[in-house]
Amino acid sequence: MERAFKAGWGGVVWKTLGEEGPPVVNVNGPRYGAIFGADRRLLGLNNIELITDRSLQINLQEMKQVKMNWPNRALIASIMVPCEEEAWKAILPLVEETGADGIELNFGCPHGMSERGMGAAVGQVPEYIEMVVRWCKQYTRMPVITKLTPNITDVRKPARAAKAGGTDAVSLINTINSIVSVDLDLFAPNPTVAGKGTHGGYCGPAVKPIALNMVAEIARDPETHGLPISGIGGVTTWRDAAEFLALGAGNVQVCTAAMTYGFKIVEEMISGLGNWMDEKGHADLEAITGRAVRNVTDWQYLDLNYVAKARINQDLCISCGRCHIACEDTSHQAIMKEKDGKRHFEVMDDECVGCNLCVNVCPVDDCITLEAMAPGTVDERTGRIVTGDYANWTTHPNNPAAKAAEPAE
Amino acid sequence: MAQVEVKQGIVSGRLAPDQYAHNFSDLHPPLDRHEAFVEADRCYFCYDAPCMNACPTSIDIPMFIREIATGNGMGAAETIFEQNILGGMCARVCPTEQLCEEACVREEAEGKPVRIGLLQRYATDMAMAEDRQFFQRAAATGKKIAVVGAGPAGLAAAHRLAVKGHDVVMFDARPKAGGLNEYGIASYKSTDQFAQAEVDYVTAIGGIDIINGKALGQDFTLPELQEQFDAVFLGMGLGGVNALRAENEDAEGVANAVDFIAELRQSGDLSALPVGRRVVVIGGGMTAVDAAVQSKLLGAEEVNIVYRRGKEQMSASEFEQDLAAAKGVTIRHWMAPKRVLCEGGRVTGVELAYTAMVDRRLQETGETLVLAADQIFKAIGQTLNGDGGGLELAGGKIAVDEFGRTSVPGVWAGGDCATGGDDLTVTAVAEGRDAAEHIHAALMAR
Repeated sequence: MERAFKAGWGGVVWKTLGEEGPPVVNVNGPRYGAIFGADRRLLGLNNIELITDRSLQINLQEMKQVKMNWPNRALIASIMVPCEEEAWKAILPLVEETGADGIELNFGCPHGMSERGMGAAVGQVPEYIEMVVRWCKQYTRMPVITKLTPNITDVRKPARAAKAGGTDAVSLINTINSIVSVDLDLFAPNPTVAGKGTHGGYCGPAVKPIALNMVAEIARDPETHGLPISGIGGVTTWRDAAEFLALGAGNVQVCTAAMTYGFKIVEEMISGLGNWMDEKGHADLEAITGRAVRNVTDWQYLDLNYVAKARINQDLCISCGRCHIACEDTSHQAIMKEKDGKRHFEVMDDECVGCNLCVNVCPVDDCITLEAMAPGTVDERTGRIVTGDYANWTTHPNNPAAKAAEPAE
Repeated sequence: MAQVEVKQGIVSGRLAPDQYAHNFSDLHPPLDRHEAFVEADRCYFCYDAPCMNACPTSIDIPMFIREIATGNGMGAAETIFEQNILGGMCARVCPTEQLCEEACVREEAEGKPVRIGLLQRYATDMAMAEDRQFFQRAAATGKKIAVVGAGPAGLAAAHRLAVKGHDVVMFDARPKAGGLNEYGIASYKSTDQFAQAEVDYVTAIGGIDIINGKALGQDFTLPELQEQFDAVFLGMGLGGVNALRAENEDAEGVANAVDFIAELRQSGDLSALPVGRRVVVIGGGMTAVDAAVQSKLLGAEEVNIVYRRGKEQMSASEFEQDLAAAKGVTIRHWMAPKRVLCEGGRVTGVELAYTAMVDRRLQETGETLVLAADQIFKAIGQTLNGDGGGLELAGGKIAVDEFGRTSVPGVWAGGDCATGGDDLTVTAVAEGRDAAEHIHAALMAR
């Protein structure tokens, strides 16, 4: 914790305190598994670790000391105790005594502790969330952050329950149920402990898209709109942080990136976010926080009259042909591979639906872009004039349930 | 490079004893597993990949690299050997910077192609280390085919013919098989007796007998082969060497670069191999570079390559030219040998005429330069030994059609001795392989 604060982190979540008594035990074999990108870049990590395996007293003493040493940094205690009022009632005063700035209710860990009725086992039952949050608000003056599990079908339900219980904020996402890989010699999941494995909690850059969606769902849900959110899930760079902020998170938490590269990464995040805000003229975090929320909508409100076509910049093209074969084999056969007898890749507007697959498979940044067709031009694929008038599925003639137009918000 | 002892003349032991192994170690050390994975990850798996189209043997390069990347090294080796059974040697000697790696889209993108040659070596080395064979012979056809020359073209032809179920007898003039792979390339490109290991790997398919020390025209004739075999493939390369046509060419100290290279490759003790203090190599190809660089590595104090045309016309690749320069060889363009200078029958230097293109003809300008030398290597090209024995020739080589057929029915040819190639190992492999396919088709159609 000392090293993290020295590196420049604004706060820490001290994870995770359990109830008094003999501490939990962890496996003594491998606790992590990973998936990799090129050059063994860690893209996803999963773990089968439990909560702290040190005694509650030692954790509390250290928390108190750290808070005294760093009074102007945030220290949040993550707590996971059984779903019993007495258990929460017992631990909260002890935590409060350390001077911690708040608590985070760990309703998320999907492995191990959930088998004992804690972690995700609570987070998957909105009624339990509301109940425990209510106890916490009753027995402590500290702000309560409720940490949510993504291992549910609709994240808005637990968020609403936390709000109903009086939570001051939600944080999300916790890790995702996962088997990260299978050892094909042992025929056992990784990480393998003496020949057996169990599902773990998945995190890291690979889970960011899932986390962003869940943050956005809560931010735009009328019932929870405005509820403070702490964004978690694959935050690795300033850009990741900015995206979470744009979708409504007031701050972000970082774990896997620090586990991968060490605490020093925060320096890049601080300078990157600052430089981007300066460059774009964003005066403060208020200027960006939640700013993308109003642009997250349901599919049915997307503009069906918007027409875009892929454009390949021939100066940047290195002729790898991936756009062609991706389009040819799995999309709309809209990219030629040859022109005047020479290797040449170009979009055929009469076939291109603007799907963006070529943009995504192109290895060269900005070589292929999707460009909107200007109103008044003709879409060669459909032969229709691009009107520029907004029209969505709710009013579309093919929609049997079509009704009068509704705005996008 | 270690301190050069100033000994006049052509002498051995110019270097400290421990320096030789260092100087002649692997030019491109092999990739280890991690390096191979990192490099393989760089491949974009292009559609209709330009690298593959640039490979004379059309190896499915994106596929074998993908196989390496997924930990399927044996699959990668199989992909390579399907097209090129000498993929191991080609990984070492191919001028990749003019072939696959020049075509790599990453060369276009960032000037740094995927190191295809080294990846190919990674996979082929892995399979060969385990002596993993990927081919089985088809049922015996009862046909016997003679292959003359156990170099790249002959070996590729023999292997493909053996796979098809034919029996092959190879005749080679040298004591060992391998051809230029064994005798004609610089030591630092093929270390640890790789050429012989490869011959063993290729012939392990079975059905291939190699008879060494027998040369066409000396020990047997083409009609004899035609009589004894169902088909003949000629792949004996170019055994003759072009003359300088300069005064005193036969002075002591003037030698053929190919002989020097062969002697060096066969030497068990490089410290016993003599080399001049001042060496001049005449020529502009790979042979010239191999002879010049190895002279330098043996401790020659001053090595010059003299080429009668400009840098762009040199057939040695840009990489080879840079390698020579990096090893301390001076390349002099637009100069032709006029006269070998000698005293008491021994070389003391060479008089060179400056040249220029005048009216699209190479001409001497009238200016001359004398380079002191105690050893001169001729590397101005090789020629076919003999007169072709009744085969039609074109440009001094055996004329062949697109299937490798010569003017004589039942006789095919490929590699350096035949027309159409570009004197590359990989091209010889392609020609041998494709001629074998055509021989097979012709024999089975009878």
